[in-house]
Amino acid sequence: MGIKIYLEKCYGCKVCVPSCPFGLIEIVDKKAVIKDGCNLCGACVSTCKFKAIEIIRDVKVTIDKSLYKGVWIFAEQRNGQLANVAKELLGEGRKLADELGEPLVAVLLGHNIESEAKQLVAYGADQVFVADAPQLEHFLEDSYTQVLVDLVQKERPNIILMGATAIGRSLAPKVAARLETGLTADCTGLDVDVAEKNLLQTRPAFGGNLMATILCPNHRPQMATVRPKVFKPLEPDLGRKATITKVDLSKTQWEIRAKILEIVNEVGHSVNLEEANIIVSGGRGLCDPKNFELVRELADTLGAAVGASRAAVDSGWIPYAHQVGQTGKTVGPKVYIACGIRGAIQHLAGMQSSDIIVAINKDPDAPIFKLATYGIVGDVLEILPMLTKEFKKALG
Amino acid sequence: MKIVVCVKQVPDTTEVKINPETNTLIREGVASILNPFDMYAVEEAIRIKEKVGGTVIVLSMGPPQVAEQLKETIAMGADEAILVSDRAFAGSDTLATSYALSKAIEKIADVNLVICGKQAIDGDTAQVGPEIAEKIGIPHLTYVKKIEAISETEITLERMNEDGYERVQMPLPGLITVVKEINEPRLPSLKGMMRSKKAEIPIWSAADIDADPAKCGLNGSPTWVKRIFIPEIKCQGEIFSGEPEEQVKFLVNALVGRKIVV
Repeated sequence: MGIKIYLEKCYGCKVCVPSCPFGLIEIVDKKAVIKDGCNLCGACVSTCKFKAIEIIRDVKVTIDKSLYKGVWIFAEQRNGQLANVAKELLGEGRKLADELGEPLVAVLLGHNIESEAKQLVAYGADQVFVADAPQLEHFLEDSYTQVLVDLVQKERPNIILMGATAIGRSLAPKVAARLETGLTADCTGLDVDVAEKNLLQTRPAFGGNLMATILCPNHRPQMATVRPKVFKPLEPDLGRKATITKVDLSKTQWEIRAKILEIVNEVGHSVNLEEANIIVSGGRGLCDPKNFELVRELADTLGAAVGASRAAVDSGWIPYAHQVGQTGKTVGPKVYIACGIRGAIQHLAGMQSSDIIVAINKDPDAPIFKLATYGIVGDVLEILPMLTKEFKKALG
Repeated sequence: MKIVVCVKQVPDTTEVKINPETNTLIREGVASILNPFDMYAVEEAIRIKEKVGGTVIVLSMGPPQVAEQLKETIAMGADEAILVSDRAFAGSDTLATSYALSKAIEKIADVNLVICGKQAIDGDTAQVGPEIAEKIGIPHLTYVKKIEAISETEITLERMNEDGYERVQMPLPGLITVVKEINEPRLPSLKGMMRSKKAEIPIWSAADIDADPAKCGLNGSPTWVKRIFIPEIKCQGEIFSGEPEEQVKFLVNALVGRKIVV
């Protein structure tokens, strides 16, 4: 177990040197040397054209992978309503299932949720498992894990995808730990290796500065949470036919330790950035918290939600609920207007799947312009009021 | 009340930049820090201790040099800090990490509450907390923004979700992960700093926590890194030029004219 450099294959080309996120590769006498402190992350391995670097594992494959079939998506519902991410997962899952030649299966847990099951068929599922019980009406880690793990052990899916939402990111690790399998968090890209039936899971790492493609080659099921708003749902086809299977819960011995006392919905007066069609976001270029008023005026004119960069939130100009980025919210609106935001990679990670990105910044070299569909180079404090006025005129 | 807080040493990823010419990471000057989200966990543990009494033990896994940095948490008010460190843990994914930490928590014994930050800023997985809870066999709740009431056997709290929050009650022992809304971490006190200077940080090996080698490090990690790369930023946009008034008109025409904004 460990990392090995095959000296006879190493030509000292140095390509691997910058690939180490920890700066631990050195070229000594024209050979790569790994310094102390390597945590075996494997970042360097794929950079070597001569296959001179290898991560060595004592691999014991204990399962028969051919017994595991099917791409499953966890069909998240909140208050009886199917979450958008479930439809997005079906869209992406459909592609993966077709490539693998395996069925696409949705698993829906809840109470009185028949109509949502039909929606899952329309959005692409070949089969829907419905677990319906009063104990499943609202998400709780214990009850959902219990039902899901039982079903997985019986049906043996190859892949399970969940939304990287508050529910998915609490449920998935509990299920994965109970099944003793791998889990990749917050994926933004998925693909399959058809020969090995492996899921190639790509996700941002290192605060969004790097992307990593992760495999789970010797364990099944392969589990991933997937970032909302990254994948697109299919057009619903109400004529699609699929099997809807009721999960038998009559023998379930419920062991639910936590108890919900109250559910408080704040969406009305908070910031529903994830669902907004247009977002106007402000950053440090606004110079002063009171200038967020200019952002709000434009947002009101466009019926948009207000976002913010981490820098603006950290400066205390606007609450964290507005933060867009790797450590804030991931958004994918039709139009994203970045006002006085330079575009640190952490911010870009949270908004780059927006359809149209407008950047307003006085520095023409700001990274945000690289991503922008339209860019205005200028003083945001001068541009914003003009923009609000011009939009008001154009929109009547 | 015995509280364990799990913390991680991370590179300050907010300081990491990409060199646009070579498309590689610029690491120079990037400091190692304790994961910012974990500081809210440390603070909350200290506040619980101040309210109901008890002990706060900070636990981390990482290379030996992390021990020194753990002293920052003692300066804040934690009673002790323990580092789990062994070459056998290198290459751990979240499952292997949570296995090692769960073994350490079992060794600490009689723990009422485990607190983790919501996620670490280098990996952003948010998985280790819930996985630790499952390994120990205790319940967990994530994204906690407020603790309403706590005793040795029960906690009542508010946890955030996309629509707002839920008030939930959970029996203890249990594990929670906390978000930054929960508190404002304190600065170290002078007395705390004096105490932290003298503090000994025990380092536990894989053998010390009775860890099964097959479940540690690379061997205990189902997930493998296949490739790491720098994200490409597409560059196909239209940057307007001219006077501000003209640029604004161009933009409004582009968006309204094409019925993108209606």
